[in-house]
Amino acid sequence: MAVEPAVDTLIPGGFSGTAIRADFPMFDMPTRSGKRLAFLDAAASSPKPRAVVEAIADAYSHHYANVHRGIYELSEDATARFEAARGKVAQFIGAPSKREIVFVRNATEAINLVAYSWGRTNVGRGDRVVTTQMEHHANIVPWQQLTSEVGATLDYVAISDDGRLEMDDLRAKLAQGPKLLAVAGVSNALGTINPLAEIIELGHQAGALVLVDAAQMAPHMAIDVAALGCDFLALSGHKMLGPSGIGALWGRRELLDAMPPFMTGGSMIIKVTMEGAEWNEVPYKFEAGTPAIVEAIGLGAAIDYLQALGMDKVREHERYLFEHAWAALGEIPGVRRFGPADPSIHAGVISFVLDDIHPHDVATVFDAEGVAVRAGHHCAQPVMLRYDIPATTRASFYVYNDLDDVEALTAAIRATQRLFGS
Amino acid sequence: MDNLYRDFILEHYRSPHNKGTLDPHDLHFADSNPTCGDEMSMTLRLDEGRTGIADVAFDGRGCAISQASASILTDELRGQTLDQVREMDPKHVLDELGVPIGPARLKCALLSYKVLQGAVRGGEVAWPAEAEAAG
Repeated sequence: MAVEPAVDTLIPGGFSGTAIRADFPMFDMPTRSGKRLAFLDAAASSPKPRAVVEAIADAYSHHYANVHRGIYELSEDATARFEAARGKVAQFIGAPSKREIVFVRNATEAINLVAYSWGRTNVGRGDRVVTTQMEHHANIVPWQQLTSEVGATLDYVAISDDGRLEMDDLRAKLAQGPKLLAVAGVSNALGTINPLAEIIELGHQAGALVLVDAAQMAPHMAIDVAALGCDFLALSGHKMLGPSGIGALWGRRELLDAMPPFMTGGSMIIKVTMEGAEWNEVPYKFEAGTPAIVEAIGLGAAIDYLQALGMDKVREHERYLFEHAWAALGEIPGVRRFGPADPSIHAGVISFVLDDIHPHDVATVFDAEGVAVRAGHHCAQPVMLRYDIPATTRASFYVYNDLDDVEALTAAIRATQRLFGS
Repeated sequence: MDNLYRDFILEHYRSPHNKGTLDPHDLHFADSNPTCGDEMSMTLRLDEGRTGIADVAFDGRGCAISQASASILTDELRGQTLDQVREMDPKHVLDELGVPIGPARLKCALLSYKVLQGAVRGGEVAWPAEAEAAG
């Protein structure tokens, strides 16, 4: 379904979040508080536009059969739609070939696939892997497991007081010759946009492969893996308007070709005898069993929707909301904001703490004000350790947000402070 | 909202009763809420017959619900026997709080109960079924 981007009077050349809101059936639902829902938790998982919901219903209703198997019209139809979705993902991130797109459940599974398949083959005793202190647990724990299993060392790049990677520390960690650098494009807990091009170049100069966790990046800004030059990239569909249960791993073809399968079974083989099996070619070698067919088609519809808006405009829209919200929060005494103040390196995510009020209390009061935010450690406990806090409250913006949501956020903060008498 | 954060809840949160650590003590246990990582510990002193509770204190930082719950729960423990405490129904803790606790906050409300049971039973106990709605 084509979406005509509406013209926003506030963002030159942009679209209106208020108008976009009408595309999301979830906003028709009444809230417990009876107030207009200010949904500020896209960074956890995004609502779905009608176009995605309808694409899913249409696929199940009219185009469903198993893929890559049936010698009949419905299966050929389903296969074509499933493979077209793969092509959309490839095009969305600038991958040279759709054969380099492996469908997985989410970014977590994509990173685990690399850690198990590439990692167990290429990382051995005495080797090093580098990640950073700002990562989501999904880009830490698989590397902890890998390095402890094979007797390698995992290093963490430090972060600055304002939530940026310490580039000198990155250089120092890379100087030790790691096999792999695993880094987020955008921090889920701080909102920091990392200087990926520079980081990837430094990684390659040091002889490391570079994996980008794009779970928080792919939904919010244009990605071109060919231009970035990274080696692997992981994304989740559910954070970018698509269904849950579908994500993608992109890897350079020669790397994927050389990697052993992660999971084995049907679909991923050419031939099975009782003595053994021969692997299918990529990406099928990594897609054992019946895949998430309709979820992939739904992700394709989400990509269509985002591309109709334009990823550069999505980024501008969120930058606009970020700038307003960052400034508004800065004017409220007792609000401590995290991450860089520079809007060019800060995505539409604001992590903050409010006086000494526990973030869970903050989120509960917000809920009663119609404001949905995340409170907790955001699966990034090393970040909380870095700033010596147990948790933060996090507001995150997406295409359907507008200045009313920013106002609801500041009003909810004031309501919380009134209630707690701070 | 005003239902959940009633004045007496906020009073207990701002000025918790029985906050700190008893030293010396007879029983000690610490546990955490997996949802937020908040940690709570409890220390207890037994009476001469070692069957009842003479004194109790809790420590740790957490949200208003967990702090108020611990403050209210510890207030009523002195003079109770260990057997009585072991048989305490977690619903009793929710009743004493007296405010509606949504599924996402049940572990906050029942952390003090879980820590107390760990102390009087000599080891970690499972979350009460009431808290499992929180996942």
